[in-house]
Amino acid sequence: MRQIKIDPITRLEGHGKIDIFLNDDGEVANTYFQIPELRGFEQFCVGRPVEELPRITTRICGVCPEAHHMASAKACDAVFHVDPPPTAKKLRQLLYNVFFAGDHTLHFYALGGPDFIVGPTAPAAERNILGVVKKVGLEVGGKVIEMRKRTQEVLKTLGGKQTHQVTSLPGGVSKGITSEEAKHIEEHCLWFVEFGKFTLQAFNDIVLKNQQYVDLILSDAFSHKTYYMGLVDEQNRVNFYDGKVRVVDPDGKEFVKYSPSEYLENIAEEVEPWTYLKFPFLKKVGWKGLVDGKDSGVYRATPLSRLNASDGMPTPLAQAEYEKMYSTLGGKPVHATLATHWARVIELLSAAEMALDLVRDPEITGTNIRTIPTEIPTEGVGIVEAPRGTLTHHYTTDAKGMVTKVNLIVGTTNNYAPISMSINKAARGLIKKGQEVTEGTLNMIEMAFRAYDPCFGCATHALPGRRPFILRIRDKDGEILKEINRC
Amino acid sequence: MAKPKLGLYWAASCGGCEIAVLDIHEKILDVAAAFDIVFWPVALDFKYSDVRAMEDKSIDLCLFNGSIRNSENAEIAHMMRAKSKVLVAFGSCALEGGIPGLANLTTKDAIWNYVYKESPSTVTKNGGTYPQTHSMMPEGSIDIPEMWETVKSLDQVVDVDYYVPGCPPQPEQIWGVIEYILSGKPLPAKGAVLGATDKTCCDECLRERKEKKLKKFFRPFEIQTDPNECLLDQGIVCMGPATRSGCGALCTKANVPCRGCYGPPPNVTDQGAKMVSALSSIIDAQDPQEIESILDQIVDPMGTFYRFSLAHSILRRVEKS
Repeated sequence: MRQIKIDPITRLEGHGKIDIFLNDDGEVANTYFQIPELRGFEQFCVGRPVEELPRITTRICGVCPEAHHMASAKACDAVFHVDPPPTAKKLRQLLYNVFFAGDHTLHFYALGGPDFIVGPTAPAAERNILGVVKKVGLEVGGKVIEMRKRTQEVLKTLGGKQTHQVTSLPGGVSKGITSEEAKHIEEHCLWFVEFGKFTLQAFNDIVLKNQQYVDLILSDAFSHKTYYMGLVDEQNRVNFYDGKVRVVDPDGKEFVKYSPSEYLENIAEEVEPWTYLKFPFLKKVGWKGLVDGKDSGVYRATPLSRLNASDGMPTPLAQAEYEKMYSTLGGKPVHATLATHWARVIELLSAAEMALDLVRDPEITGTNIRTIPTEIPTEGVGIVEAPRGTLTHHYTTDAKGMVTKVNLIVGTTNNYAPISMSINKAARGLIKKGQEVTEGTLNMIEMAFRAYDPCFGCATHALPGRRPFILRIRDKDGEILKEINRC
Repeated sequence: MAKPKLGLYWAASCGGCEIAVLDIHEKILDVAAAFDIVFWPVALDFKYSDVRAMEDKSIDLCLFNGSIRNSENAEIAHMMRAKSKVLVAFGSCALEGGIPGLANLTTKDAIWNYVYKESPSTVTKNGGTYPQTHSMMPEGSIDIPEMWETVKSLDQVVDVDYYVPGCPPQPEQIWGVIEYILSGKPLPAKGAVLGATDKTCCDECLRERKEKKLKKFFRPFEIQTDPNECLLDQGIVCMGPATRSGCGALCTKANVPCRGCYGPPPNVTDQGAKMVSALSSIIDAQDPQEIESILDQIVDPMGTFYRFSLAHSILRRVEKS
């Protein structure tokens, strides 16, 4: 038995680590994907006033604090049995869709993108955002920087801070926007829609027109037949902020559609002693280990999952792209993990269109932005779609609204089992008996998890997509046979 | 002349500090041009082994964010200290433990018991399963770092040269620090706080403060507040008087109270104690019992006054009796 250690690949509120074991023939015997850190938010949020949680749980993730801010605010609304006024809801959704557009941009151009734009086996030193800029030119690189700049500016206007927003509180938001601010945001949103269209065109030109990439996307090494999860509106269209959680089976048939308050009937988490992260699964199907198929409770919650779990997009341009994706890839559901990149850019466009609709809504500049809670607080669940998956916040309080219990099922956590499986399958598919394990091969194994835009790439996700990477191949006595230093 | 070498690292943090660095937008290209970035796991491909192979003190500047929460965080903190000429504690977590430091209000046991046994979605079999630092699998052994009982700030683990506060530090402040270092001006005295000012958050706040005497406190969700009046004057606990300025009073501009992420003002070691003294001067009562009953209206003083600074405060950790 030989052991290949990839440590660290990155971090999830810390770091991630992969061990690949090879048998004596040089074939993959097994892989383990470990999450080496735990910070304990669920425990130290106990004893805090519940209205502070939207300002504390943002620190779970500095890349997607907006997702925690919103899930938390919605959980607080539920705890206090209060419904925010329409303007407040629309302001939250406007913020949220602008965030989605910016966040997906970052992943496509800086994390997942370099693998396609620069090439999966290109020299590692070039497989980053600087390599992307070099390849596509400063003009396009500048556009990406401008997209981030504009989204961050809107987030600061709506959320108070561009990172770790502060404006949502039980019953609404702390500040509205003036008609001048709305006009300014509208200009940005128009730009976001254009940027979304541009990005889909880029995806088409760079990825879809390259048969090698299309073959890679559709290859068995990057495919798993699982359940898919996503939040949908009343017409079963994708919604990032609100609605019910819909799960479809590996054949694309609706398996369950549940309200946030019913999540415990549907989701449970398995503990393994070799990692700090738990493995969520569909309770009604059951935990069968790291396997796919209808009998396994493993589900995925990603941009592709959201599209698979929905009947369409809520906006016209994105709907056309949705139809194009499914007709190109042979109908629903799509099991190809790498198609998640495609779904992500469709969502980027949809988020931009949604934001534009919202900012043009006359109610957006309304001044009734808070419903002051009057009922005794009890318990509540808030669910949003984080860019990396369905995010659930569940709080219980005492009669004064002091937190007594917190349960969180975070975006990437949903995908812990499927990411582990994707790494395993890619490693088995790519590491062949008698062939040398090259850096390019390793990067392609990394592509298996990078498609999920995982939050152990929370920060990874922020710029070029490569991590420090030490790989040691050992014989069964632990002697190092080979060491690969990737840079 | 060779470009100065820059390293950036995260420990137990959320990634928000990395995003804040990116939020200098196009100037990030200037940083890439001015420095030879030798380590930045978020952005570039250098590995621990690359850093280990460097001579001691070969990195000119290291911006280190995140608190120290486990054995791996500490190991890398020691390595970055040895390799760096100037080590900067960057952001609230590295400076003072930050929000992860609130875990010092509970214990590792309590965290594990909840997360791996009690949580309503967790499957508990045979009395429950806890993560093990060392696991023997059928194919061989695999390891994970050891989680510590207590969250620490960076300077509780290694020697730190400078501090950049904020959760996260504001991008214009980050750029100011980088510009200063690039200017070649003599560096400030060791231990200096950079990217902030020497006043309090109240000095930056646009609201009018009359230092009203108070008999009643409110929680932020309970009342509509006046956008121009000091929040503390309106009975909302706001950490402004006990917080260093530098953020531009963003939270009070957004109509919510400050929670103290820029840390204590100059010459204050304990932000919570400073807040208690600020509050005691505005209580409208003389009778000790009345003072106590007014202060009792403030729910969760520990988690509010020490929201970001508990791990680095005089208290460091609080065991519930």
